[in-house]
Amino acid sequence: MTKNEAPFSNGTTCPIPISEYPHVLLAHGGGGRLSQHLIQKMFVPQFRNESLELLHDGAVLRIEADRIAFTTDSYVINPIFFPGGNIGELAINGTVNDLAMCGAIPRYLSVGFIIEEGFPMENLWRVVHSMQEAATSAGVVLVTGDTKVVDKGKGDQIFINTSGIGVIEKSVNIDPRRAAAGDAIILSGNIAQHGIAIMSVREGLEFETTIKSDTAALNSLVHRMIATCPDIHVLRDPTRGGVASSLNEIADSAHVGIRISEESIPIAEDVKGACEIMGFDPLYVANEGKLIAVLPAAKAEEMLSVMKSHPLGKESQIIGEVVTDHPGLVVMKTKVGGTRVVDMMSGEQLPRIC
Amino acid sequence: MRYVDEFRSRGAARHYAAMIRQLTTRPWTIMEICGGQTHTIVKTGIEELLPREISLVHGPGCPVCVTPLEIIDKAIAIASRDDVIFTSFGDMVRVPGSSKDLLSVKASGGDLRIVYSPLDAVKIAQQNPSKRVVFFAVGFETTAPANAMAVYQARKLGLQNFSILCSHVLVPPAMEALLSSESNRVQAFLAAGHVCTVMGFEEYIPLAKKYRVPIVVTGFEPVDILQGIAMAVKQLEEGRAEVENEYTRSVRREGNVPAQQLIREIFEITNRKWRGIGEIPVSGLGIREEYAEFDAEKIFNVQNISADESKVCIAGVILRGLKKPHECPAFGTDCSPEHPLGAPMVSSEGACAAYYQYRRFSAEPKEVREL
Repeated sequence: MTKNEAPFSNGTTCPIPISEYPHVLLAHGGGGRLSQHLIQKMFVPQFRNESLELLHDGAVLRIEADRIAFTTDSYVINPIFFPGGNIGELAINGTVNDLAMCGAIPRYLSVGFIIEEGFPMENLWRVVHSMQEAATSAGVVLVTGDTKVVDKGKGDQIFINTSGIGVIEKSVNIDPRRAAAGDAIILSGNIAQHGIAIMSVREGLEFETTIKSDTAALNSLVHRMIATCPDIHVLRDPTRGGVASSLNEIADSAHVGIRISEESIPIAEDVKGACEIMGFDPLYVANEGKLIAVLPAAKAEEMLSVMKSHPLGKESQIIGEVVTDHPGLVVMKTKVGGTRVVDMMSGEQLPRIC
Repeated sequence: MRYVDEFRSRGAARHYAAMIRQLTTRPWTIMEICGGQTHTIVKTGIEELLPREISLVHGPGCPVCVTPLEIIDKAIAIASRDDVIFTSFGDMVRVPGSSKDLLSVKASGGDLRIVYSPLDAVKIAQQNPSKRVVFFAVGFETTAPANAMAVYQARKLGLQNFSILCSHVLVPPAMEALLSSESNRVQAFLAAGHVCTVMGFEEYIPLAKKYRVPIVVTGFEPVDILQGIAMAVKQLEEGRAEVENEYTRSVRREGNVPAQQLIREIFEITNRKWRGIGEIPVSGLGIREEYAEFDAEKIFNVQNISADESKVCIAGVILRGLKKPHECPAFGTDCSPEHPLGAPMVSSEGACAAYYQYRRFSAEPKEVREL
């Protein structure tokens, strides 16, 4: 299997709208006729909306809100097709999640493609199609975009940048500095799936497994959580660097200590096994569809049962609490009854996983 | 997960911790040989379960840590060549040499690849006939069979573009060097389970007798370590000095005989310099003359590179169990995983890295309230 094939198709049966060019050419990003062709035949019909159809230089949006959240992220994952997803839906879900972690309702996204010359048009189509599906399912609209094509060898198949805007309701005030002693910490499900799914298909390290990436848009879960307790103090999606790094960031921002219990951290058996074999600490392995919530302890049990009733939060667990001791440090009670520091990740455990 | 969960169970851990408390009547100092064991101890907080009388000191069994500086410099010299693909286990690439590490060779254009097995390096050699592929063969007896197999396979395949940069070390001579030193304070050893899986444990029997020191072959999970300590304390309290095997699910008395034969086929015993400790007689493995065509040191003519250790880093003292990482003045200040002065701060088996990662807030174990 070469790396340009798409072994993990999301089952799209729509025919590719551009058949005369089997590969992306430099001219597809040149601003001329081929660029127009690509936009009108592939992008506009997929992401159909008023703003995009104007083909203006930018989107003009009317947003009424108390506050808006604005975020951007670039996706350079390798391989671009992986068990459980591909770079396209990851680019939508990732930015939707960044907005949701601000407590915002995600509304509008932009997308920028940087494509390497010679990239199979078929693969671009699969990526674009799954972006459309992910955007529809998350309830966001792709209102503006850009495409550039770089010389062969100057990129790696395809890079995607997405930026997003979401609106924040008045009652919501999510801020990493608000983590306070006595708060409970809830994790929304099994950790380390995305990172291990990517490792399982990396060149030189292929191993047979059914582990799939957990990539998912978390905004509907967050919506329900905010309805249950508008006073959530912090939300974080533990992507690169995993749960350990997110907890360290929270402890650092709020100058508080965090104490977690190893026994309460949800992890699937197969993922645990893969981590054992490869020598990874699952606390540092990336997730793409999980969140960490810090909220007043009095609301924790109610929140847990609400999260467990959502499809993306079925395995939620209260994993620890915020404390006044050891500010800036995350300390874990181990299974055998000892304690250890859970440090920030040093260096890269897995290169280019999102 | 079977064979893992039962060796991490709180119930079993408490059982052995209670046994150790019951057995202990006076202070004992026990050294765990292997860096993997050190990490389990620090990562799971085992020392919090032990009575104050039991002092664990961390041994030299971290292959990355004891690889001499000049071998790293040799690796850097070879990896910097345009005609070379240099392959290594991930741990080695961030270990500081005299002026830089292997990762910075990659950043300046060298073809450095991290592999999970030396046989992957052989495969890379097959796929890249116009390049010379070198594998950085370091480690104790544990990795020696796989490295020997890579050379064996390369010869069988007729590969002329594959070689290894070899810096293998052996555990028993290092134990003997520690025991015969005047500054020794180790009264019992937890021997390294994986090394003994390959080599068996007969070669430890003369050591136990000569130095009157209990040696318990021990695994790597927290319950293994606690059981190993319990067995060592029992011997100490009863005045016995024998070799016992805690790690029975993996280690047999005679070890893995075919693996040993393969090691002897490719390697011969040689004197070896240990980083921070110095030269220990007959403590290493070198490539036999019959396989010299696979010896990167000879092929690339780097035998003459030599290097001096950092004056600040006390890695040698730590590797001999004379001091603990947090007793080093540079610990966590001038020396951290991002800016390591010595290898024990880099390696996933290094004692300094373990202390930095898992026990930075209090070097001495501290009681934390139950959640």
